[in-house]
Amino acid sequence: CKRTPKKRKWESFPGRNKFYCNGRIMMAKQTGVFYLTLVLILATCGLFFTFDCPFLALQLTPVIPVIGGVLFLFVLGTLLRTSFSDPGVLPRATPDEAADLERQIDVANGGTGYRPPPRTKEVEINGQTVKLKYCFTCKIFRPPRASHCSLCDNCVERFDHHCPWVGNCVGRRNYRFFYMFILSLSFLTIFIFAFVITHIILRKYLRGVFPDLRSGVVVCFFSVWSIVGLSGFHTYLISSNQTTNEDIKGSWSSKRGKDNYNPYSYGNIFTNCCAALCGPLPPRYSLYLHTHRCSLRHLLYFFIHHNHPSGPAWVQQPERNASPQPWTPETTRKELCFEMFYLFVYLVGTSRRTHCHSSGPIVHVFSGRNTWRKLRRTCKLHTERPRPRIEHATFLL
Amino acid sequence: MSKTGSCSKRLSDRSRLFHNLQELRHSASLANKVFVQRDYSEGTTCKFQTKFPTELETRIERSLFEDTVKTLNNYYAEAEKIGGQSYLEGCLACATAYLIFLCMETRYEKVLKKIAKYIQEQNEKIYAPRGLLITDPIERGMRVIEISIYEDRGSSGSSSSSSSVSGSTTR
Repeated sequence: CKRTPKKRKWESFPGRNKFYCNGRIMMAKQTGVFYLTLVLILATCGLFFTFDCPFLALQLTPVIPVIGGVLFLFVLGTLLRTSFSDPGVLPRATPDEAADLERQIDVANGGTGYRPPPRTKEVEINGQTVKLKYCFTCKIFRPPRASHCSLCDNCVERFDHHCPWVGNCVGRRNYRFFYMFILSLSFLTIFIFAFVITHIILRKYLRGVFPDLRSGVVVCFFSVWSIVGLSGFHTYLISSNQTTNEDIKGSWSSKRGKDNYNPYSYGNIFTNCCAALCGPLPPRYSLYLHTHRCSLRHLLYFFIHHNHPSGPAWVQQPERNASPQPWTPETTRKELCFEMFYLFVYLVGTSRRTHCHSSGPIVHVFSGRNTWRKLRRTCKLHTERPRPRIEHATFLL
Repeated sequence: MSKTGSCSKRLSDRSRLFHNLQELRHSASLANKVFVQRDYSEGTTCKFQTKFPTELETRIERSLFEDTVKTLNNYYAEAEKIGGQSYLEGCLACATAYLIFLCMETRYEKVLKKIAKYIQEQNEKIYAPRGLLITDPIERGMRVIEISIYEDRGSSGSSSSSSSVSGSTTR
């Protein structure tokens, strides 16, 4: 393999997403409409705060700009959160997984070798038969409610829809932010609309002149109806625990069959709403992605296996003055600390161009030309770098 | 003096272990991988099938395997449980505009840490001595539990089925 420069996890991400801020921000490829959304919100609110608020604060009450400000900040916060977060992208199958699945499918089809049309698997969920489709791009059987987004080229869990206004897919991880965004935006637009009208009427009443606020009113009028309508639609979806995808396809409508019902619904509206909005937030799978060219960890586990007293004889135990230490996890960990370090040296020394990843922080082994100091520095860097909130299996194991 | 003596002795021990590792790389081989799939009978909650794979029949006792999978299922159920604590967390997060997650980690993440520790412990105590290795499902997007079967190439002489993921580095 060629000598590769330091590669980040998301640079080898197979989907069509853009990453910013060291992988913390994840968006779709086309973000033009997202900037339009931002501009519209900022411009309308800017006009409102500049022209209407001073008048209303003086004439009515200063609470109006305060409420407006809070709503505006909430809208902006939820919009950014929806746009920048991972919607619940499922990582693609590893080559072994894909091969295993192919083998299973071949066996199921009688091993003719001819690939039959769409592969499906039927599963019974809460009494309802659901078909799981095979995704040819990701090489997995999609979990229920997951769907492949053709724009982002990823399978997304609990896929709702791809929203160009937000510049991202809406899925399991960011649906609640999306809902909060459109709900707060509808409140904000109604609020601005109402107070702009109030402003016009008061001015006419006080001075007999219509102020020029037409552009603000026009934008508000159209956005009020479309956004309020969208909020209403999503409120219905949440209360019946459906996704936009399922609703459009009519997956659970009674028109399909008398016994057709939604197996995911909890039965009552309150539980459905709570589950969708206040349920636990699953982690980002894309943070745990790593390529596995050389499984250092596996090697070391195998070493534990062979250092076990009942291991094969060809692994020579180092001579010690005392009787051989009993095998315990503590002694092994200390050993492993050293082994890991020396393994690096070995790999660097014997293979000039190696690219290794291990689970946890990415570990890079550079070419043999690098010195000890650089290696130590790299190890130190990777073990000391503050992990963003999530840390899983330790660096060594 | 004794320090340097023990130091050099340690170095020679290490160099021997070095060579052992070198030999290890050539003789330890990944024979097969078994994938334990998800069980969707209760909806989209994370649950794995407890069906015992046939490839592991000669390697590990059925009860041990089932215990591992059942414990993992319980952990995931605890992480995804919708109840008082998750509502509280959700409402608090919403009230602070989700900024609270900059300071504290979600319950799911806490349980994931517990799971990682449990899998590590299981690997050390039960699976590694039998030449098996469990990969944390989170690394596979919670789709499968991947169990790697290792064989001592030197003694058994069996060939690995997938050369691309063997323990050797590519040159």
